[in-house]
Amino acid sequence: MHSFVYRANALLTFAVTILALMCAMASLSDNFNSPSPTAEVQVLNINWFQKKPDGDDEVSLTLNISANLQTLFTWNTKQVFVFLAAEYETPKNALNQVSLWDGIIPTKEHAQFWIHTTNKYRFIDQGSNLRGKGFNLTLHWHVMPKTGKMFADKLAMTGFRLPETYR
Amino acid sequence: MGWVGEQIDSIKSLQFRQVLTQAISLGMIVTSALIIWKGLMCVTGSESPVVVVLSGSMEPGFKRGDILFLHMSKDPIRAGEIVVFNVDGREIPIVHRVIKVHERQDTGEVDILTKGDNNFGDDRLLYAHGQLWLQRHHIMGRAVGFLPYVGWVTIIMTEKPIIKYILIGALGLLVITSKE
Repeated sequence: MHSFVYRANALLTFAVTILALMCAMASLSDNFNSPSPTAEVQVLNINWFQKKPDGDDEVSLTLNISANLQTLFTWNTKQVFVFLAAEYETPKNALNQVSLWDGIIPTKEHAQFWIHTTNKYRFIDQGSNLRGKGFNLTLHWHVMPKTGKMFADKLAMTGFRLPETYR
Repeated sequence: MGWVGEQIDSIKSLQFRQVLTQAISLGMIVTSALIIWKGLMCVTGSESPVVVVLSGSMEPGFKRGDILFLHMSKDPIRAGEIVVFNVDGREIPIVHRVIKVHERQDTGEVDILTKGDNNFGDDRLLYAHGQLWLQRHHIMGRAVGFLPYVGWVTIIMTEKPIIKYILIGALGLLVITSKE
């Protein structure tokens, strides 16, 4: 009952249990954080807007994105993944979400930022429905912890509209 | 040498009933592990409730060797969710983020495009030949939580199976030679 093997086994089991408990408590502590992020997006320019040979519309935009996501960070946060998606409706599709830009925020200091960029991923529709289309630009963020549960949320900015004609 | 002699003596003195009891307790341990695993499958609604991250395509968020807890609900799949999916014809599940969603008005079915955070391009290269989108039935679950480093045990046992055999052999030896 007191051999080396039994002692090693008991020690290992205890250590693993305590570790699991600490990870769970670290994750639970994230629930006490009430974040208040802010964000603002402007479409500076529609670079071009065309119908591709396969029939789908495509548009290229230049965006100015500014945000303050510092309140999302806790001691248990490893990084925050943030992306901006254009969301709109078409006759065929109830919802379309197209990610235009994403970025990784590794620390709290980097969480207050603004960037001026063209869309990182192509804004392509399933079909030819984008002329004059009103759409939302929604900033989504995904808080990835050091251990435990991940949180995601978003902020929708409405009122954007694509031009009526190709250019 | 005296220790080896003792072990051989203890093996010789085993009685049939003792061996049977030990075999049954071993069986109980294996079966309860199986019950827990199947129970997890029911609760999370996913075929594999826990997966190990095998590649570095989601760094720095998920590194090779982390494990992910999955959950699959009837909620619609939305951009930004980290999903685990199987490509037709490949058995290794892939863990990437959804970047594009097109949901049909009438049927509610979705076309999904995924991309690894650390990859330059989207996953169309990984999909089956000619496949441009994923559908809901390809998705095995959404990642809802994660633990770092724990998955290395599985990776080591898969890539160097000799360690798996050594572990099982040692466990078997321990069970046979213990006196309870």
